[in-house]
Amino acid sequence: MSVNLSERELFLVNKAIDSMLSQQEAEELRQLFAERPEVQREYESLKSVKEVTMELKFKQLPEETWDRYWAGVYSRLERGIAWLLISIGAAVVLAIVGYGAVMKLLEDTSTPLAVKLGVGALLLGGAVLLVSVLREKLIMGKTDKYKEVIR
Amino acid sequence: MDTQERDSETEWIRRSQRGDKEAFGFLVKKYMRQAYCAAVGFLGAHDEALDASQEAFVRAFLSIGRFDATKKFYTWYYRILRNHCLNVVRNKRIRTISFSQIFDESFEVISSDPSSEEILERRELRKAVWEGLWKLEVDDREILVARDILGTPYATLAELLECPIGTVMSRLYHARRRLRENLEGKV
Repeated sequence: MSVNLSERELFLVNKAIDSMLSQQEAEELRQLFAERPEVQREYESLKSVKEVTMELKFKQLPEETWDRYWAGVYSRLERGIAWLLISIGAAVVLAIVGYGAVMKLLEDTSTPLAVKLGVGALLLGGAVLLVSVLREKLIMGKTDKYKEVIR
Repeated sequence: MDTQERDSETEWIRRSQRGDKEAFGFLVKKYMRQAYCAAVGFLGAHDEALDASQEAFVRAFLSIGRFDATKKFYTWYYRILRNHCLNVVRNKRIRTISFSQIFDESFEVISSDPSSEEILERRELRKAVWEGLWKLEVDDREILVARDILGTPYATLAELLECPIGTVMSRLYHARRRLRENLEGKV
């Protein structure tokens, strides 16, 4: 069954299905049904669909589930913050140790020039990559119309 | 939501923005049931819904600094939850639908002596409706669960879905039609 409805007819049928019609709208719908019985059939059929859908009721979860719910969120928050601190700490330690190792390597006169150039190129490449990613993020942050959406 | 309730919610939000987890706990406790039900609509499974709604609260807390405390918390949270659930659906490709785990299978007595056949028929019909809902696109399922199962008012739906009430009605109408198609004459 496929009935084409105008925007107004759709509005009336939908409100009728949800039992929200005003008296005036109910009268308008009655007239519509009289003129177009197929709209009435559509209404009755969709009303039945709504009625059976409404019969679905979510199970009440036991109260213990809700008692544990906030504790679950809280532990996740703690773990999230812990991971953040661990990441920051690891990044700082790695940066310091890395800086020391690179400087030692470069200052060591016995290190071959090719190795020094290689390390220099590696660091420069890493820096360019970092700047590029940061710039892209900044540009996207300014122009992305979905930036409010948390993915 | 009355003025007093709104004021206390705004206060909880402001305190949460200052890092007060206890205040955020009030918001979680206020909306956890709604959040869980909405997540079930997206994911169709009890454990995943609990997990996703909790994860969305964590994400909300971590970005609550950006939230305008004068606006409705749940509307904002719902967008986080929705996006998270859509990611879960996309990545895990959830296919299982656990009717008995999610839905109340008790029946109101509709006749003085409902036969076991009648009870069985109604149970099968409900299952068919849920399967029909599950076959729908997630947008259709979302609006039907929110309106017809959870009874969310049009105005709230318009806020949650970020569209005018007219669009809500149109989406609802078409979603019901598609559900009817999926039910293949069972209703």
